[in-house]
Amino acid sequence: MRVTRKSIIFETIVERLFLVIGMLCLFLLMLISVFLFTEGLPILKNVSPGEFLGGTQWYPTSGNPRFGVLPLIMASIAVTLLASLIAVPLSLAIAVYLAELAAPRVREIVKPVVEIIASIPSVIIGFFGMVVVAPFLQAKFGLDTGLNLFNAALMLAFMAVPTIASISEDAISSVPVSLKEGSFALGANRWQTIFYITIPASLSGIWTAVILGISRVIGETMVVLMVAGGAAIIPKSIFDPVRPLTSNIAAEMAEAAVGGDHYHALFAIGIILFLITFAFNLVADYLSNRYKFKGS
Amino acid sequence: MLSRRIKSEAVETAMFATIRVLSFAVLAFLVFILGFIISRGYSALSWEFISGMPRDEMTAGGIFPALLGTFYLMIGSALVSIPIGIITAIYLTEYSRRPALVKLIRLGVSNLAGVPSVVFGLFGLALFVVFLDFGTSILAGSLTLGILNLPVIIRSTEEALMTVPGTYREASLSLGATRLQTIFRIVLPNAMPGILTGVMLSLGRAAGETAPIMFTAASYYAPELPASIFDQVMALPYHIYVMATAGTHITETRPIQYGTAIILILLVLALNSIGLVLRYRFRKRMKG
Repeated sequence: MRVTRKSIIFETIVERLFLVIGMLCLFLLMLISVFLFTEGLPILKNVSPGEFLGGTQWYPTSGNPRFGVLPLIMASIAVTLLASLIAVPLSLAIAVYLAELAAPRVREIVKPVVEIIASIPSVIIGFFGMVVVAPFLQAKFGLDTGLNLFNAALMLAFMAVPTIASISEDAISSVPVSLKEGSFALGANRWQTIFYITIPASLSGIWTAVILGISRVIGETMVVLMVAGGAAIIPKSIFDPVRPLTSNIAAEMAEAAVGGDHYHALFAIGIILFLITFAFNLVADYLSNRYKFKGS
Repeated sequence: MLSRRIKSEAVETAMFATIRVLSFAVLAFLVFILGFIISRGYSALSWEFISGMPRDEMTAGGIFPALLGTFYLMIGSALVSIPIGIITAIYLTEYSRRPALVKLIRLGVSNLAGVPSVVFGLFGLALFVVFLDFGTSILAGSLTLGILNLPVIIRSTEEALMTVPGTYREASLSLGATRLQTIFRIVLPNAMPGILTGVMLSLGRAAGETAPIMFTAASYYAPELPASIFDQVMALPYHIYVMATAGTHITETRPIQYGTAIILILLVLALNSIGLVLRYRFRKRMKG
């Protein structure tokens, strides 16, 4: 194969082209924020930022519409916190089990099964929450409705487990063997080594996992749309029906007229979600780059 | 001293038991979800259910239009995400001599992966449906899902490209092949199983996502099959959502809901299983 001048020119053109396409992700990210802000910010012409973020009444379609998103924000926070409380211990158990306890053959089966959980469409999880978990909760606790904060948190926790577990497992597995051997040599047993040495040493990776898991939970839509109950109130109990940010967009976008206040308000909620998840991802990225074991 | 040892051993046993129980509780929950839906829905399955049109105001008949719509969206989004995703990964691993730019692009990819799916839906609505005036259509939905899937393709392709040994490239280059020839004749063929993993995972995601297509592509009921890429489509996940939450026949149509859920689960699990098996084999080969 002779390297001709023509082929050098061709190679250069292709390289430039690949650079442009490679930059596309950054461009798209920018484009997403541009469209969110141009469609979302106009709501602030009619509603002050304080009224929007601090208002406790969300009546977008009434004669005198009110756009207070505080109940929606509180709902998202409550659902996310509760889901994390359930998901983190379960995920860490799986991570420790896979990294330290499971026999290699069991591990080879359990690991892909955990990945299968991640692939189940959220609408299926939501559907299950509606038809199975909701009636169960309603009967068990004598509630008005089983579609509530607790149900949503439970389903979301299940969905967050694969994310948190697999990243934590990577972190736990990457702890140098020499650290563990040092612990064993001092007479510690396997649990003491895991608890006092391995987990503290992989804590930054575990934090990354937890933050990414939480970010996934905040952004999840279908599950909360189907099982959270949909009432735009600030929750007082874990059995209250709630209306998190994501589900509110999904539930109302179809009825909002393009270019109207309601439409802009829903995009403004999109901005809030975008900024929150963006911040979480930056923190996760920072943590995962900052503390990596550079060999033992 | 001895009692302390006994105590710490008891703690170890208790903790390990707890860890095992919690781990298997999660797996049991997965089995329960799948088992429950399959046991309730399998009686609704039939050839007519898969190949027929909905009848009697959607309370009977088949789900063919939803299946077809999901297929169109999978193919459409793949046409967007696969070429762009693979080329981005090639640029990141094979070309770029600027580490800062590579880092920035990788950060962009991981942030794109973190954007909530409903925000992709908003973006698709604002850009494709309204601004570019594609309307609620297969085109708008495919573009939205394609962008959503870019990080999936980029990451798995990058991983696959990086496992191809550097010596392969050097051998090819030393025989006089150009960089591009090396990439297309040596690197990509060797990385193909790993790339296909990403393709399968992204197809599964395109089939299962609901929020991004709600305002960009999906319709509750279409009396006719879509004739062009500018038509709305029914889609499996949206079909489940609407049938389960809206309308006056929620309880009567439960069997259809379970049946549709089974079809969606089978579709997504099949795609993901193929992807996971390919990856498993690929990693084993590259190690061995």
